[in-house]
Amino acid sequence: MDTLILGLCYGGIYALIALGYTMVYGIAKMLNFAHGDIIMAGAYAIFVVLSAQGHVILALLAAIVVCTALGLLSERLAYRPLRSASPLAVLITAIGVSYLLQSLAQIFFDSQKRPVTVLPPESVPMFGTTVSVASLWTLALCTVIMVVLTLFIKKTRVGCAMLAVSEDRGAAQLMGINVNFIIALTFAIGSALAAFASLFYLMQTSVVEPTLGAMPGIKAFTAAVIGGIGSIPGAMVGGILLGVIETFSSSSPALSPYTTAIEFGLLIVILLVRPVGLFGKKRREKV
Amino acid sequence: MALLSIENLEVSYGLIRAIKGISLKVNEGEIVSLIGANGAGKTTTMHALCNLLPKQNGRVVFDGTDITNMPAHQLVPLGISQVPEGRRIFGELTVAENLRLGAYTRHSKQEYAETVARIYERFPILRERSRQIAGTLSGGEQQMLAMSRALMAHPRLLLLDEPSMGLSPLYVSEVFDMIRKIREDGTTILLVEQNAKKALSISDRAYVLEIGRITRSGTGAELLADDAIRRAYLGD
Repeated sequence: MDTLILGLCYGGIYALIALGYTMVYGIAKMLNFAHGDIIMAGAYAIFVVLSAQGHVILALLAAIVVCTALGLLSERLAYRPLRSASPLAVLITAIGVSYLLQSLAQIFFDSQKRPVTVLPPESVPMFGTTVSVASLWTLALCTVIMVVLTLFIKKTRVGCAMLAVSEDRGAAQLMGINVNFIIALTFAIGSALAAFASLFYLMQTSVVEPTLGAMPGIKAFTAAVIGGIGSIPGAMVGGILLGVIETFSSSSPALSPYTTAIEFGLLIVILLVRPVGLFGKKRREKV
Repeated sequence: MALLSIENLEVSYGLIRAIKGISLKVNEGEIVSLIGANGAGKTTTMHALCNLLPKQNGRVVFDGTDITNMPAHQLVPLGISQVPEGRRIFGELTVAENLRLGAYTRHSKQEYAETVARIYERFPILRERSRQIAGTLSGGEQQMLAMSRALMAHPRLLLLDEPSMGLSPLYVSEVFDMIRKIREDGTTILLVEQNAKKALSISDRAYVLEIGRITRSGTGAELLADDAIRRAYLGD
């Protein structure tokens, strides 16, 4: 039972990050490989506020501000000038932004691992076992965020415009939709989700370092592809699935050494059986 | 004064000049069509007009406002809507969501409700299928949806790019009926069509586009009666 809860926590974290990948891919048609490093930046923002004895909520707000600002800045300065460039040029640029953020973190904070305690390690008895307060917060907030995001996209005018831009950018412009605004908004939302992810990730790992974003970044990207890149429910399901599989695998003595291999093996199997991912749609190429 | 005037428009794809300096005017209340063979540059003209493609040269004025370099999305609140070639409805969204996106730049809920009601009255099939995914509609129904979607923005000028393409004869007639009706309701129309006979028969004036140049212009009736035009475009 506690393995399942921990798995759902990691799943929620991966889902939040995967949403950032999948929304940016769906709407801006690019893979933002710097997304993991946005999480790292958020983690350092939390580290700074907590080191200064700031409250956890203040730390979360700081992370949201830092992540959103970095997401918007990278879109405006690095990706928007390449809007009509080849996808490969954009991909390389995103990798460049990723290294830039990691190097900046090294300059400001050096490359040492530093311990962070987000919440005191308290647990409450539940389901015949004990569950940490941090996990409960993670589960509750991840659920709320995913519900709110789904409602935002399904029910609001701007959410509908995001779907329109994702499907046909030219036709969306003909509706009077400002595509640059929608893409910037997507980066802002994805980065704000990453800020929440960085808080929940720190609750579990309690360490910051400049390469902190790499592993959750690549796992969440895997989750997004498993779910079907570009699909929002796909990112949620893919993330949770990956988190649960990872936690169950690493809690079993026999499977534990192979955990990462199992996760990426799952990716390969899914890509072989269903190349568009669980929720992906086959799209006809428009001529 | 013309509602829309295009002066000396030039558009290139790389080194190839697709539009070699064309000028045309559309007066308020007119149906004006641009006819020509495949590859003459009709759709290129439409895209460049709305700045979905960059212009090499030329000037476009709408109702006294220079819109030559105005981003495509700003043209809609100004009163220009386009029904693009191939319809380009949002096939993964519902019929109702498509209509709602058409009204993206309009903020009055009452106006929205009235316009949707009018459209549903004219096309009951769209009401029946309002919650259905638009990609599942037939080609003709999709064209009705695309035109209705553009009307949701209450345009003063409606640009129609090949509205009859790929439709059954029944729907072709329906499309041209609808165009006439839209004009009666006070919207000016610039129509690009390969179906020259149908287009000329509802047009006040027309221009003939041949490999990037305007070679003829006149009233719809004049061009319909012209021998050279009949041979080249009307299959007579």
